[in-house]
Amino acid sequence: MMQFFSNVDWYDIWMATLDTLMMLGGSMLFTILLGLPLGIVLFLTGPKQMFEQKGVYALLSFCVNILRSLPFIILLIVMIPMTLLITGTSLGVAGAIPPLVAGATPFFARLVETALREVDRGIIEATQAMGASTRQIITNALLPEARPGIIAATTVTAITLVSYTAMAGVVGAGGLGDLAIRYGYQRFQTDVMIVTVVLLLILVQILQSLGDRLVVHYSRK
Amino acid sequence: MIQFERVHKTYQVGGREITALEPCNLYIPQGQIFGLIGHSGAGKSTLLRLINRLEAPSAGRILVDNEDVTAMDARALRQFRQRLGMIFQHFNLLSSKTVADNVAMPLKLAGSYSTTQISERVAMLLHRVGLSSHAQKYPAQLSGGQKQRVGIARALATNPRILLCDEATSALDPQTTAQVLQLLNELNRELNLTIVLITHEMDVIRRVCDQVAVMDAGHIVEQGQVSDLFLHPKHPTTRRFVYEAEHVDEQELSRDFAQVQGRIVRLTFKGEATYAPLLGQVARQSGVDYSILSGRIDHIRDTPYGQLTLSLVGGDADVAIEQLKAAQVTVEVIRA
Ligand SMILES: Nc1ncnc2c1ncn2[C@@H]1O[C@H](COP(=O)(O)OP(=O)(O)OP(=O)(O)O)[C@@H](O)[C@H]1O
Ligand SMILES: [Mg+2]
Repeated sequence: MMQFFSNVDWYDIWMATLDTLMMLGGSMLFTILLGLPLGIVLFLTGPKQMFEQKGVYALLSFCVNILRSLPFIILLIVMIPMTLLITGTSLGVAGAIPPLVAGATPFFARLVETALREVDRGIIEATQAMGASTRQIITNALLPEARPGIIAATTVTAITLVSYTAMAGVVGAGGLGDLAIRYGYQRFQTDVMIVTVVLLLILVQILQSLGDRLVVHYSRK
Repeated sequence: MIQFERVHKTYQVGGREITALEPCNLYIPQGQIFGLIGHSGAGKSTLLRLINRLEAPSAGRILVDNEDVTAMDARALRQFRQRLGMIFQHFNLLSSKTVADNVAMPLKLAGSYSTTQISERVAMLLHRVGLSSHAQKYPAQLSGGQKQRVGIARALATNPRILLCDEATSALDPQTTAQVLQLLNELNRELNLTIVLITHEMDVIRRVCDQVAVMDAGHIVEQGQVSDLFLHPKHPTTRRFVYEAEHVDEQELSRDFAQVQGRIVRLTFKGEATYAPLLGQVARQSGVDYSILSGRIDHIRDTPYGQLTLSLVGGDADVAIEQLKAAQVTVEVIRA
């Protein structure tokens, strides 16, 4: 058994895990910071909503669709000049975060939009009838009511980001995906590959069950 | 006080114009329970939602307590809405908030109450609607009637003078409906609260309303005191609602009458006359015999009433009719 894991350098694995977690945490943070407002704007300007704005909605929708239709690996490469501009490097954790955010934000924003649409119109109307301002409707009614949906959206996005970080490894981002490719795939060190894949699987499992638990906790229906 | 002056509402749907409310005038005095009845699509919700400007009128003026609702800017409108309560068919409570937090919501949004004021007022309101022990539950854990009582507590949180009810009892069973109506009745008396109430059941109107407007295809077709409309409906739509509530079949009635001899009259008693031993007296004095063909005795809000259809045979029917009229009974001759 020990023989089989002979190629595995546990220190490397540990560092790669940390890199993956940092990429995930950093990109998730910015994805939420950008995607939540974008999702709210998409929802509000959408058809038959409070601030229906056909032009604005069509434009935003189009941008979101473009980013979502680009394969992530292409986005990674296309983004390099812009990443350099933002972070000063296209390598490592810092270099990986801009393309990860660019890839995940439109996805997350759509999911947020969908979650907000699920909120019963009657609830928005009741809140309006109380004399709430738009900001109050968003913070006091829409977001609390859509919370389970938004948590589920966050979970799905985080898991998508895990697989994106693995791809980002290809262009020098580091992390578990990078290890899997460099050692496991290119040097035929199957044991390294298995360890990294198992670690990624554990990460996904943790994220999913954490998300599910939060959704259940906040669902009062 | 709510006043509509030539108010009119149309919607644009796919380039076409749909009239939801034909130009209408309406006056609802403070402290009344005003009913709006009509079939689906008649424009009841549209009319109600114009009052707190959830919909803006296409033309006309709406005055509430002498303030022009149609002229308010966004800020004034928000403050105005805080002085109006509204309850809904499907309650529209926030599922993510506890009962107490739902009731507290209008107070928090108003921004002018301290935390202690809010919790005292919430406790008071929940006590009033009989839900003190459910304060920390979520709406999903309550029955329909309980949810509507939370809705009422929430609507009354900011102490409004007007309560708008859009089919507030339509999702409830008869017994729960009766309880909710009873509560509205009490609140109307205690707080001199004006209540505008939409329903499609005449029975709801009969039990709580002072005045009623009947709507049909965007028009107010008949309007007045509930007792007048209920006992002497004129418009076909009104008649249909009344007969439906009373399980009267007009055709069946006229078929039955064909087999009866003598004059047929309908007597309407209101208030104290309802329980007076009048018929026997009149029959003895005028020598007529009577048989009761159909009848109903009930209450309109708190006023008892009776309506009997009789056939009069023998004796002096004219004298009998005069005596009944003298005793404040409304007499309609159906067949001379
Ligand atoms: N937002 C809207 N857009 C277009 N048409 C509408 C809109 N709201 C209502 N209408 C139309 O206006 C008319 C009146 O609708 P309203 O909702 O006031 O009826 P209602 O009497 O409340 O009916 P119900 O008993 O079914 O609730 C209907 O023909 C309806 O289709
Ligand atoms: Mg309606």
